[in-house]
Amino acid sequence: MGIQANIPEEMELVYGYPAALTARSTHYCPGCTHGIVHRLIAEVIDELGIQGQTIGVAPVGCAVLAYDYFDMDFVEASHGRAPAMATGIKRVSPDKIVFTYQGDGDLAAIGTAEIIQAANRGELITTIFINNAIYGMTGGQMAPTTLPGMVTTSSPAGRDCRLAGYPVQMSEILAVTAGAAYITRETVADIPSINKTRNAIKRAFMTQMAGLGFACVEVLSTCPTNWNMDPWKAMEWAKENMTKTFPLGTFKMTDAVKALKA
Amino acid sequence: MTKELLKGNVAFAEAAVRYGLQAYFGYPITPQSEALEHLAERMIDEGRVFLQAESEVAAINMVYGAACAGVRVMTSTSGPGFSLMAEGFSYIAGSEVPAVAVNMMRGGPGLGNIQPSQSDYFFMTKSAGHGDFHPIVLAPANVQELIDMMGLAFDLAEKYRTLVFMAGDGALGQMMESAELPPMQPLRTERPDWAVTGNAGRASRVITSLYLDPTQLEKLNLRLQHKLAIIKANEVRWREYQTGDADLLLIAYGMVGRICLSVMREARQQGLKVGLLRPQTLWPFPEARIAELAGRVRGILVAEMSAGQMLEDVERVVKGKVPIRFHGRMGGIMPMVDEILADVEKLAGEVGVGSRE
Repeated sequence: MGIQANIPEEMELVYGYPAALTARSTHYCPGCTHGIVHRLIAEVIDELGIQGQTIGVAPVGCAVLAYDYFDMDFVEASHGRAPAMATGIKRVSPDKIVFTYQGDGDLAAIGTAEIIQAANRGELITTIFINNAIYGMTGGQMAPTTLPGMVTTSSPAGRDCRLAGYPVQMSEILAVTAGAAYITRETVADIPSINKTRNAIKRAFMTQMAGLGFACVEVLSTCPTNWNMDPWKAMEWAKENMTKTFPLGTFKMTDAVKALKA
Repeated sequence: MTKELLKGNVAFAEAAVRYGLQAYFGYPITPQSEALEHLAERMIDEGRVFLQAESEVAAINMVYGAACAGVRVMTSTSGPGFSLMAEGFSYIAGSEVPAVAVNMMRGGPGLGNIQPSQSDYFFMTKSAGHGDFHPIVLAPANVQELIDMMGLAFDLAEKYRTLVFMAGDGALGQMMESAELPPMQPLRTERPDWAVTGNAGRASRVITSLYLDPTQLEKLNLRLQHKLAIIKANEVRWREYQTGDADLLLIAYGMVGRICLSVMREARQQGLKVGLLRPQTLWPFPEARIAELAGRVRGILVAEMSAGQMLEDVERVVKGKVPIRFHGRMGGIMPMVDEILADVEKLAGEVGVGSRE
């Protein structure tokens, strides 16, 4: 329910925790963008007034403990299966708002079948997809989204696409499924982008609430720890390099989604 | 209600509908696809949830999600699909949510074939996924018992918040028999007080199998083991036939148990005092009763459609007290009465019991 700061009577609290976040400190590394995205989701849930009806599905990855930070009902899925689990929940609880929070290893490698099929069914769930081009929790291995030439612990000479395949562009793939209503790629690498991402997340939840189809917001994120960069440089690097392989933009927005006042 | 001619797969699917199934997720696989087909029509007609998943992996995770949301939910498959579901079984066990999975076993390993088999016994009773857990495993021997056990499966799953397996085989799923379905039961309208339903008006609920703190994870495991001990003490089920005066004991489950009933009758006609114990629960296993009978009979014959999986449980329980012989067929072959009977006669000779006694 947020931290109640001890502030003098004559002062006003103008910035605190959203109600949809717990007051717990996260385990995320300094400079990690999970915290930003968690906050954006929570702000949107507060704004839409849906905290009491929302059920989250946590992934396997750095956000595995997301349920410690969101103050709402949550389940913990196995690796990549969050969209299947969310499908099970949503189908038997059509009046609830169900969202998955997944990283790029979870969604773009082990869970490709589940996410594509959920999107194609037009499953009325919302997916927040954190793409930081690396496996964070397991210690910085190559992800399906690792950029060409990028050094990771499992591509020590840099990703050789002839051997290891090419970065998977999930938003582009999801956008061609008939059931997808809203697919967009955003970033949180600077303030204007953060605001834009917030709007996208809001639109994605509203898409579900209006029953318009599957919605996914891909968020280009950073992993300063495993990128071996300081947080500031990581933000710059994401903007500079990730957007070349993963261009920002909205890949699908049906007319009905466009008409939503997000 | 009246009896009707029902195919096993259709029978358990319809029984599930009548026992209040709220959601079904599955993937086609022979020899159980008729269940999925039946539910595709019936669940939608009844306004309930049916979804054909993209794989058994997805199906079991959909079951997991629906179970977390607190509804009566199941899936059904056969060996290869069951293997794919192992991941979900483990998470369901670790999260302590109730779910039912039917396995109409077929010949393995690998793609094997589509004929009846009992070679998933170890898998279902001993190691249905990573970690320490046992699902309750029910083993029906005919279509009526399959119907009746669907209700039991849901009741046990919800009573103990556990995974329940129905161990059938391709023959039970495919054959038609006269059986009686239960009346339609009303659907549960309430969700249990642990389910994820949105935190409006209450504290948030989290369902997870993740406990990074080893002391917490050990605590979960101790709780699971305690629950398993309670299940072991209360939910062992078996049927016995003519064990009172038996010199020789047949032990077999499912379709082979049914075949062994004929073996027993034929042997009795020859004057051999043969009894039959047919486990109806494979986990928990009727250990105490088998140990007791082992103290009274002169020899035991275990018959299975496997290389001898339940056999190991019988050996574990009998502890060498009496000779145990085994008759197993593999590859999807059902044993015939006369071939098991021949082994019974052989065992009778070996342990010195016979019609002349």
